[in-house]
Amino acid sequence: METVTITVKNAPALYLEADNISPDAFAGKTAAQIAELSVHEGNTTSTLGKYFDVSGNAGATAADTKIVVRGDVKKVKYLGFKMSAGELVIEGSADLYVGAWMTGGKILAKGDVAAFAATAMKGGELIIEGNAGNYLGAAYRGDWRGMSGGKILVKGNAGSDVGMFMTGGEMVINGNVDVHLCTHAEGGKVTVKGNATSKVGGQMVDGQIIIFGSIDTMMPGFKPAGEVELEIDGIKATFSHFIGDMGERHKKKKGVVIYANLYKKISSP
Amino acid sequence: MSEYIIKNGHVFDPVQGIKGDKKDIAIKDGKIVDKVGSGAKVIDAKDKTVMAGAVEIHAHIAGPKVNLGRIYRPEDKLFSCTATHGMERMGSGASIPTTFKTGYEYAKMGYTTAMEAAMPPLFSRHTHEEIRDTPIIDEGAFPVFGNNWFVLEYLKNHEIENAAAYIAWLLRVTKGYAIKVVNPGGTEAWAWGLNCLSVNDPVPYFDITPAEIVRGLIEANEYLGLPHSMHIHPNNLGNPGCYETTLDTMKLAEGFKAKNKFGREQVLHLTHTQFHSYKGTNWGDFESGAKEVTDYVNKAKNITIDTGNVTLDETTTMTADGPFEHHLTGLNHLKWANVDVELETAAGVVPYIYSPNISVCAIQWAIGLEIPLMMKDPMRCFITTDHPNAGPFTRYPRVFKWLMSEKARETQINAFKHKDKVLSQTSIGSLDREISLYELAQMTRAGPAKSLGLTALCGGLKPGMEADVAVYNFNPDKPVANPDDIEKAFSRCAAVFKSGVQVVSNGEIVSNGNKRTLWVDVKVKENAQVARDISEKFVKYYSMTQNNYEALGHNFVPNPYALEVDATQV
Ligand SMILES: [Zn+2]
Repeated sequence: METVTITVKNAPALYLEADNISPDAFAGKTAAQIAELSVHEGNTTSTLGKYFDVSGNAGATAADTKIVVRGDVKKVKYLGFKMSAGELVIEGSADLYVGAWMTGGKILAKGDVAAFAATAMKGGELIIEGNAGNYLGAAYRGDWRGMSGGKILVKGNAGSDVGMFMTGGEMVINGNVDVHLCTHAEGGKVTVKGNATSKVGGQMVDGQIIIFGSIDTMMPGFKPAGEVELEIDGIKATFSHFIGDMGERHKKKKGVVIYANLYKKISSP
Repeated sequence: MSEYIIKNGHVFDPVQGIKGDKKDIAIKDGKIVDKVGSGAKVIDAKDKTVMAGAVEIHAHIAGPKVNLGRIYRPEDKLFSCTATHGMERMGSGASIPTTFKTGYEYAKMGYTTAMEAAMPPLFSRHTHEEIRDTPIIDEGAFPVFGNNWFVLEYLKNHEIENAAAYIAWLLRVTKGYAIKVVNPGGTEAWAWGLNCLSVNDPVPYFDITPAEIVRGLIEANEYLGLPHSMHIHPNNLGNPGCYETTLDTMKLAEGFKAKNKFGREQVLHLTHTQFHSYKGTNWGDFESGAKEVTDYVNKAKNITIDTGNVTLDETTTMTADGPFEHHLTGLNHLKWANVDVELETAAGVVPYIYSPNISVCAIQWAIGLEIPLMMKDPMRCFITTDHPNAGPFTRYPRVFKWLMSEKARETQINAFKHKDKVLSQTSIGSLDREISLYELAQMTRAGPAKSLGLTALCGGLKPGMEADVAVYNFNPDKPVANPDDIEKAFSRCAAVFKSGVQVVSNGEIVSNGNKRTLWVDVKVKENAQVARDISEKFVKYYSMTQNNYEALGHNFVPNPYALEVDATQV
């Protein structure tokens, strides 16, 4: 695997849309060619090389290419956009749409990421060591197809509307999440090790949510379904089980009605 | 104005019976002429195909429901934006493009005239604002009449003269082109939570049947002598078994003869026939009724049809058939929008994905192709996708490929997940007909122009007609090596002229042309009762005054072209 390191040299005055910073766009290119790839600042199109020093050549394919992003990219959007393979390491914090529409490969964000990270993600792995913004793994505006595959790990907290319209894949959030977790979800699994604010699983019809901490206010559409013992990351605990959202249309599989499952931890043995 | 001569192209013009002969086409002062001077600009069309500009007879490209689709589907714009370049403004939207993109895309494919198929009269101002902002192509709009309270009341008592006077008034104030009917009576019934699924289901409160509405509107249309015929989306769209309702609807035209000075011969145009040609009793035993429907149309010379081809894309359905869209959202569970338009009509919008992996979608694809392949007279069957309902109009080149190449159809059939089902439920696999370039010119130019009463204006290359000309990078003398070459050639023209102005060169827009709005100005005898009925309805029921209703002159229709009809002597 070849490594390309890009380091901020001129910070953009406006926000930078850098949808070419991905192993797929870099693959097969030399450092000089990578510097010629386009980026957009406001309504102006210019080159990656105007804002970043580029060192190292990419591998022949996306899978053979690792990108390391250094410097302050808090105003850079679309890092890892539509990536299908390879690796991307973001050493600082990044703006919107990190790993949006990604289908494979691995992204490690060492800082925070802003909203819409992993929008409509289909595969691959996204690890966020800091906090994630709103709409993590959600659907694009107006769309009904959120995250459908792959894995996300957030070591800090995540914002609101996480997993909106999620249909598959797995997400673990070590910290807390804000309101509207998994609204409209139709699949997938989300584990929150901390607390969740209200409106958890509204209009959710399939998939599962596991909450280790508290939920401010439960949705009235979730119905108690007893207690279960679950083993998660090697730890056994008892959880209250709820099914829902009872106000919604539900699919049937082999004659059995499918509900979303919500588990909230009540004790540790 | 400039003179041009398009030299040495293979010309296909059904109006003059020219079948691929090498001919020069001369253009002067916006018209096709016999000869031009030696100073005329030469366009080299050697080894290329030359046809008149194509005519779109049915698409949803302007107005409130189109815009509702744009507003509530940001995801349709997501990866379909085009940046400003050359003459072109930025555009976006895949199944519901912006007005500018709509004009550019039609022009690049060689289309120079298009009809907006359903204008709610109350929103004619909005519709015309969008038409005004759609560059290059001439456009007309069909106001919807099939669920209009005036029409229902007049026709219930068989008052044809009053219905005709109202239609003439409405065409004038809305700058409309033709009488459109969508699910006659059914959309009004929807306001009562009901529908009309057969031609004999009574409309609640009004106590009239779809059959009476359809017959009455044909009579009113021929009483007035309008350029186009009554244009119908019949009852029971999209349901297994609906072909019987379609046959019942077409039979209502029996005995009627076209009366007009525009050369039109049909009294009923059946639109998006694919959606109305389904047999079977449910989605499990769903099968094609294309044979039954085309057998009837082949014999009924007073009917024209368009196809409504499914293009296997993600798209946005939108129709004044309000109850149908509610039914559809119940099937696919995607987002639904619905609008009621006071005394006149309603509309619904639902996204739809025609997946090649779903057998029903693949069968719909096959039915859409069976219809034109089974039609004996290409002058009475026109290619549409009922844009955006069965697919975006930008897919026409792909539809042409499937029609012109049996091999291309075979490739697609083999790619279907439920290939066997497609072959058992339709006869697409046994149809070896390949539409010729001449037939294509009939189905996309001469035919629709004649059906619309525009023969004098467009659809052909006869001297005296508008110089609407499309030149394609397609050599008819060479065998087609790869069917995809057909799609490529028809996607981007080498050159396009609109009324004598070159608007496309090498697939790029080079001028915004002189876009016109086509409308029909009918003079009728003074009718005090209808005038009184109109002012009374505005006072009693409409949310706006009569003064705010009219799509007036320069703001809404800056460059009008009125087809004049005199019905005062009837
Ligand atoms: Zn339509």
